[in-house]
Amino acid sequence: MTEADTRHAPDEATYYYQDDRDAKCPFAPPPGLRALNENGPISRGRIWDGSTPWLVTGHAAQRAILSDPRVSSDDKQAGFPFPNRVMAESAHLHPLTIFNADGADHTRIRRMMTRPFTRPRMEALRPDIQRFTDELIDRMLAGPKPADLVTALSLPLPSLMICALLGVPYEDHEFFQEHASFATRSDKTTEEQTAANQALGGYLAGLLQKKMEEPAEDVLSDFAARIKDGDLTLPEATLLSMILLIAGHETSANMITLGTALLLENPEQIARLREVEDTRDAANAVEEILRYVTVATFGQRRIAAEDFEFEGAQIKAGDGIVVPLPAGNWDPEAFPEPEKLDLTRKANHHHAFGWGIHQCLGQQLARIELQVVYGTLYRRVPTLRLAVDRDDLSFRPADALAFGIGELPVTW
Amino acid sequence: MKVVVDEDKCVAAGQCVAAAMDVFDQRDEDGIVVVLDENPPAELADDVRNAAAVCPALAIRIEE
Repeated sequence: MTEADTRHAPDEATYYYQDDRDAKCPFAPPPGLRALNENGPISRGRIWDGSTPWLVTGHAAQRAILSDPRVSSDDKQAGFPFPNRVMAESAHLHPLTIFNADGADHTRIRRMMTRPFTRPRMEALRPDIQRFTDELIDRMLAGPKPADLVTALSLPLPSLMICALLGVPYEDHEFFQEHASFATRSDKTTEEQTAANQALGGYLAGLLQKKMEEPAEDVLSDFAARIKDGDLTLPEATLLSMILLIAGHETSANMITLGTALLLENPEQIARLREVEDTRDAANAVEEILRYVTVATFGQRRIAAEDFEFEGAQIKAGDGIVVPLPAGNWDPEAFPEPEKLDLTRKANHHHAFGWGIHQCLGQQLARIELQVVYGTLYRRVPTLRLAVDRDDLSFRPADALAFGIGELPVTW
Repeated sequence: MKVVVDEDKCVAAGQCVAAAMDVFDQRDEDGIVVVLDENPPAELADDVRNAAAVCPALAIRIEE
């Protein structure tokens, strides 16, 4: 067998996907994943259930596979490479959503959700995001030291924004933050996640019914109007609302926390960020941080709908395909010296939000939140620093659906 | 330079507007791409090429 044959043979797959990051370089993708990509953009890897889907690690190959119509997101197909047991066991319950629909079905569902998240609408929210950010920083500075940045800023800011957009009362945030976090955690059982989903679903269905009577200017009222028009059923609208509420929370929050921890280790970069005046340069810095600490670590999951050859690999219909986004974002072919954090790098072709038709719906909201937070926090608190040793930070385990840090004790 | 878009392919990610806001906009009702300037001036050419390169749905074509 040639070297490529070995890499492509299911029985020879030794690399365990979701292996740990190097404790000395916790922001970098797992070293094994990077090593795999050095040998070629596609290999077999082993996942939690012992199956050996394809791992597409190269940046160009990720683009190609994620926009290939012969590749499906249908999680009802036998052989679909689920991220964990809980998701595999509950797959038969999954209705059609933007995550598991292909083609025309996907377009129909996605277009019911895109209106509130356009770039112009998100730009219009910038002053609100700035005000919330300033208020949260004021409150943190007025409180005791050290403070946990996660509870002081990282979590409340995206939470306030997504609540305002959806029309969900922020007063209920403790309830839905707790339930929403269950969806991305690996330490919960199927029963616990199902119970959390039902509680959250019941809550949102109640709000949707209220918005049918008393509509306001928000996403839930849009969905309520679609229920009245017969475009959506109440359970469908509930699910769409739940997806937006969950997705709007931990992703941006983890980026604020991780980005801050990363920047505090790179004082020359943080100094540069403090001096940035041009909004384009500020936007560019955010793209580089997104590339560097990609939160969606679990890898996009797909299944081949037909046989085809791809980058020298013979892919068969029914083969699982995993696309680990951090590997593409650290591919030296696309980003020379990927381990170097360089806020002036042109990095907006990164895959932090995925690629193809499933690319993140809320990415423009996330971008503007991050532009405002990174552009404000270090300027307003120039002496900001970690209150604990970097090695004592609680990085999320490799099998969590989102990369992050549980708490970030900071002082100033 | 001429900009051609495919509305059917567009997934309203907003990448083109972020890259070249003088040339692209999004339809208010569903975020689908709107071309503001089909023949953008030379000084915007790099931005427009970048917009096409970062469109996740490959919905933007440029005729040089």
